[in-house]
Amino acid sequence: MPTVPAIPDILKLKRGSGSPRRLQENLTIVLFLLPALVLFLIFVIYPISQSIYYSLFNWKGFGPAVDFIGLDNFKNILTDKAFLMALKNGLFIIGFSLVFQLPLSMLLAVMVARELPGRALFRTIFFMPYVLSEVITAIIWLFLFNPDPERGLINAILALFPGAEAQPWLSNPDTVMLAIFAALTWKYFGFHMLLYLTGLQNIPSEIEEAGRMDGANSFQNFFYITLPLLSSTIRTSVYISVLGSLQQFILIWIMTKGGPVNASETLATYMYRFGFVRFQLGYGSAVAIYMFLICLTFSLIYLRLTRRPDHLSGL
Amino acid sequence: MTITNSKTNWSVRKTLPRFFQYLLLSVVVILVLTPVVMLVFAGLKTRGEFITQPYSVPIPPRWDNLINILREPTFWQMLRNSLLVMLATTGGVVIVCSLAAFVFARMEFRAKGLAFNLFTLGLMFPINIAILPVYFVLRQMDLIDNLWGVIFVQTAFQLSGNILILRGFFASIPAELQDAAYIDGCTAFGFFWRILLPLARPALASVAALTMIVSWNDLLVPLVVLNSDKLYTLPLGTMQFQGQYGADLARVSAFVALSAIPTIIFYILAERQIVSGLTAGAVKG
Repeated sequence: MPTVPAIPDILKLKRGSGSPRRLQENLTIVLFLLPALVLFLIFVIYPISQSIYYSLFNWKGFGPAVDFIGLDNFKNILTDKAFLMALKNGLFIIGFSLVFQLPLSMLLAVMVARELPGRALFRTIFFMPYVLSEVITAIIWLFLFNPDPERGLINAILALFPGAEAQPWLSNPDTVMLAIFAALTWKYFGFHMLLYLTGLQNIPSEIEEAGRMDGANSFQNFFYITLPLLSSTIRTSVYISVLGSLQQFILIWIMTKGGPVNASETLATYMYRFGFVRFQLGYGSAVAIYMFLICLTFSLIYLRLTRRPDHLSGL
Repeated sequence: MTITNSKTNWSVRKTLPRFFQYLLLSVVVILVLTPVVMLVFAGLKTRGEFITQPYSVPIPPRWDNLINILREPTFWQMLRNSLLVMLATTGGVVIVCSLAAFVFARMEFRAKGLAFNLFTLGLMFPINIAILPVYFVLRQMDLIDNLWGVIFVQTAFQLSGNILILRGFFASIPAELQDAAYIDGCTAFGFFWRILLPLARPALASVAALTMIVSWNDLLVPLVVLNSDKLYTLPLGTMQFQGQYGADLARVSAFVALSAIPTIIFYILAERQIVSGLTAGAVKG
């Protein structure tokens, strides 16, 4: 039977080390990984190590860093009121997103997921703001929030109601975060809706039908059947929402530059201010490391608490 | 009697919620579209018209602002820069990620786990956090005020997520196919090039569409890297334009509306790819 072992022989040849085949494979591995590895090491890993180094210096970015100050940057950040404000605002965006934005997205996803005539159109419209750039979003909302009712639509609508007055939404420390949250929700709810929609489509309709047969009404069906089956999608969406909230930058920078008086500061605007406006690069590096640690700690705890959520993309 | 009764009951029970469903969805549609519609309206008015009637429908539309912007070379220059960066970044991401994803999905070697974990670390370190350290490195490499600086950084920060997406897709292609190809004398590269890539076309399209959107919309990297207006990309130019002519809302609106048009056209053409790329990244990976 000389023909039968022929195939295992060839397979062995492929796996045997030292064979030309193996050599070729190793070469393929190296060549294929090289571009990704080089880019990644130079532009992602190396900068991390650099920022750890510079965070220990008082360095304005000109000439070599020589003024070694140990952990002073890290200590000074923690006592800066603006940094604490940035943390607070991060928590504000996270809290409001979890309480308002994600449930709204879920409600819309459930509505659009059913066999509703015209649902594709709704989906396309709801997702559109996500595709527009943050610059465009920010400028649009800057206009809408214009304090002058003759120029800003939101105040113009408010002025129609008796007793309501035009508000300087973005220059009042009490309303600025709410205004920014409105813009953020406008831009991002469609993304979360889309995640939920995909999750909903993966639930076999038989399961919900079985629930209905057993006499569950729509609410029971949703809370006891659909929602638990969506748990992995919800975990992912919460994770992306929290990390995104902590890193908000462009929208806020264009709308308020973190003002008035740090009232809408976030970690990213705070870092940008010190790094690129005041050129305190050592201090800014320390802020970057804090941001990294905050996000890393959150990720590790969250992933541990929710077991392994299905993966997360670098959005 | 009872039968007809329950029938009408049923249809009321079905239509009434549906009515509220459409009502609520329509409210959301209005909330989503109004800001964009107001922007377009404002862009189609003269400065004077905007001051006297800021919210009216622009009848007849005034194209002056649009024409003035399109007549200047700056807008076209920004468009060109954005296109260049987007195409180079997307090409880079698709090629580099599919090569690496192939190795992670289909080949065995020592330290594979370590190498893969290194890349997933990138997910913890998004560009919004990394921008300052990245700026140091670009300065050392003399890539400041250079479109290549933008391209390299955008590509590098798109690697982790997209390698993950593509690896998942490549791994789902049956191993028998690979064995058969090897038995027929195919090299690893031959299998990758002639069998895997053609099969993975939908996944590659998703990765490409998603990268195009991210690159096209990116402001942070160009903002930090580019100094001379000649190199400005569209988002950076839009921000600059707003800073310069901020008082003339009609004119800025026209510019913003113009800069949104390419994205919206692309979105309508590639909605399916964008959506499947996003959900693959977020749900499966």
